[in-house]
Amino acid sequence: MSALELSDVVVDYHGRGGHVRAVAGASISVERGTIVGLVGESGCGKSTLARAAVGLVETAGGTVLFEGRPVTSLGRRTRPAELVRLQLVFQNPYSSLNPRRTVGSQLADGARGANVAELLERVGLPSNAIRRYPHEFSGGQRQRIAIARALAANPSVIVLDEPLASLDASAQAQLANLLKRLSRELEVGLLLISHDLAIVRHVADEVSVMYLGRMVETAPTLPLWEHPAHPYSEALIAAVPRADGGGVLPDSLPGEVPDPSHPPTGCRFHPRCPYAFDRCTVEEPPLLELSGGRASACWLQTEGRAPAPLPNLVGTESVE
Amino acid sequence: MSTLAVEGLRVRLPTPAGEVTVVDGVDYEVQPAEVFGIAGESGSGKTVSMLALLGLLPEGSAVEGSARFGNDDLITMPRRRLRSISGRDIAMVFQDPFTSLHPMLSVGKQLTEHVRLHLGLDRRGAEERAIELLADVRIPDPRAALRRFPHQFSGGMRQRIAIAIALACRPRLLIADEPTTALDVTVQAGILRLLDRLRREHELAVVLITHDLGVLSSVADRVSIFYAGRVVESGNRADVLQRPRHPYTRALLDALPHPEAPKEQDLVAIGGAPPSPGRIPPGCAFHPRCAYAVDECRSVVPPLVPVGDRRLACPVDPFADE
Repeated sequence: MSALELSDVVVDYHGRGGHVRAVAGASISVERGTIVGLVGESGCGKSTLARAAVGLVETAGGTVLFEGRPVTSLGRRTRPAELVRLQLVFQNPYSSLNPRRTVGSQLADGARGANVAELLERVGLPSNAIRRYPHEFSGGQRQRIAIARALAANPSVIVLDEPLASLDASAQAQLANLLKRLSRELEVGLLLISHDLAIVRHVADEVSVMYLGRMVETAPTLPLWEHPAHPYSEALIAAVPRADGGGVLPDSLPGEVPDPSHPPTGCRFHPRCPYAFDRCTVEEPPLLELSGGRASACWLQTEGRAPAPLPNLVGTESVE
Repeated sequence: MSTLAVEGLRVRLPTPAGEVTVVDGVDYEVQPAEVFGIAGESGSGKTVSMLALLGLLPEGSAVEGSARFGNDDLITMPRRRLRSISGRDIAMVFQDPFTSLHPMLSVGKQLTEHVRLHLGLDRRGAEERAIELLADVRIPDPRAALRRFPHQFSGGMRQRIAIAIALACRPRLLIADEPTTALDVTVQAGILRLLDRLRREHELAVVLITHDLGVLSSVADRVSIFYAGRVVESGNRADVLQRPRHPYTRALLDALPHPEAPKEQDLVAIGGAPPSPGRIPPGCAFHPRCAYAVDECRSVVPPLVPVGDRRLACPVDPFADE
C-alpha cells in the first residue's frame, strides 16, 4: 500500500456561473522514499489535486488515503493527529511564513521536541537562522525554511506545490538536490507539482502528466522523457527550450487548455492533438496499462504493449 | 547602423541607506532585426538598465553614460521628447501583461487610442490598424476581440495583445522584459516564435531580458551575461552558451538540469548568493563565489575586453583552451 493514494478523485468548484469540474477522476500514488512529479499546463487541475491530497478542498468523488486512512476535507474540525505526517509546502514561502516571528520559533511550533538546529542543518541553513526573521533570507533560503517546517512534523509524505518556481537557476539547483537527498535519507515520499519539466526530469522517479482534470500518462521519468506515449506529454517535452546555444525555437502546442466547465467530447486533448483521428472525437480513451510500469490514455496505444512510438510529424510546420 | 548603442551606462538609485550603484558600466549595441539577449539572476541590474534608457527610474536616480538611438541620446534628451519617442519608436513588453493592460478598457479601445494618439489616424483607420495588429500576433477572430476585455483572454493571449499594442506604432526597438516568465512552456514557445517572426518581418531590433538561459538560447543572436550590475561576458549566442569562458556563465549553465544528463548526478549549484546592490564585493563582484579567483580578482575590477570571438571580464580566463 502506498503512503498516499488518490483514486478517481473528483473536485468541483461551485460559483455563480454553475460548477466547474477542476479534477475529473484522477489517480496518483506516492510511496515513501520516492519522488512523484505531477506536471501539466496551468488550469489542468494539478494544484487542486494537491489540495485534495492534503484535505484542503472537498472531494466530490473518489478516495484519498493517507497511510490507509481516509483524508477528509478540513472544514472547521480540527485536523486528525495522524494527518500531521502529511505536509504541504506552497510556492511562495513568504506568504506561508509569519514575517513577525523568528524562524526558530516558527519551526519549534511543529517540532514537538525535535531539535530545531538539526532541522535547519538538514535543509542546509546555518544554526544562527534560529534568531533571524523570514525577510532576512533569500527566496531559496525561505523555501528551505518552509521545508524545514514541514520536516519538523516528521512527515512520511510532503506535497510540494511549485516549490521551485520563481527561484533563480542556482537556488533551484540547490533545492532540487535537497529534495532528492531528503527523499532518500529520510524515506519521505514527495509529490512534486511543477510546470518545469526539465527540473522534474532531474528530480522525480515517476511522473504523472495531467490534462484538463485527468491523468493522460504515468510512467517512470526517463522512459517518459525519452519515449512519451501520449501526444500531450510529447508536446510538453518539445516545448522546453534548451540552453545549448543552438538557436532552436521550441515547438509550441496550438490552442489552449479548454474551459473545464465545457470539456471537449471524446479525448479531452483531441482539439489540440496533431494525431487525432475519428475515434478520438467521440470516445474518451481510458488510462491503459502499458508495459514497464507505464500507462497512457491514448487510442494510439494498445493495452499491455510497450508504448508505441508516436507517428512521425517531421515536416509539419510548427505554429506560433 | 545599430538601432541602439549603449555606452558606459551607470545607474545609481536612491535608497534609505543612501545611493546604491545598480548598473556599473554597461555597453552594448543592437542591430535592426536582431534579438539581443540580456541574462542574469534577479538583482543583476538587467531591468534597471532598460528602465534607465526610458527615463522610468524613480526620482533622484542618477544615470550616466550614453544611449544613442538614431541621432538622439536617450540619456541627455529632454524628458518631453523622450516621452514621445517611447511608446512610438521604442516599445516595451513586460512579464505580466495584466499590469500593462487596462482592465476596464476593451482591447479595441486600448489599441485604437494608442494608434490615434501616436499616428494621428481617424477612428475608422485606427480600427482597421488594430484588426491588422491583432491578426499579426495571431489573435483568433480579431474583429470580435476588439470588443472584449483583458480578463476574457488567457495569459498567453494577453501577452500577444500587449505585443500588438507595443507594435502599433511600428517601433524600431522592442524591449521585452521577461515576456514569457509567467507563461506555460507550451505558450512560451508560441510567444518566442512570434517574437522571432516579428523581428524578421518588421526589421525590429529586440532587447530580450530573461533569467532563463533556455529562452535566451532559442531566440537571441547575441547575448550579454550580467552579474551584479556589470557585463561579465558577451558575444554570439553559440559562442557564449556552447563554450562559456567566464566562470559565472559556466556556473549558470552548470546549474541547469541538462536534458541528457544522468539522473543520479546532482545539479551543480553556485555556492553563496548573489550580492545585494550596495554590498558589491571589491574587484570582480563574482570572486567570493568563484573557484578560479586569484589575488588580482579581489582588488581590481576586471574590464570587459575583447578576447577571441567575444568580450570577457575575467583576467584568469580558466576555460581559454576548451
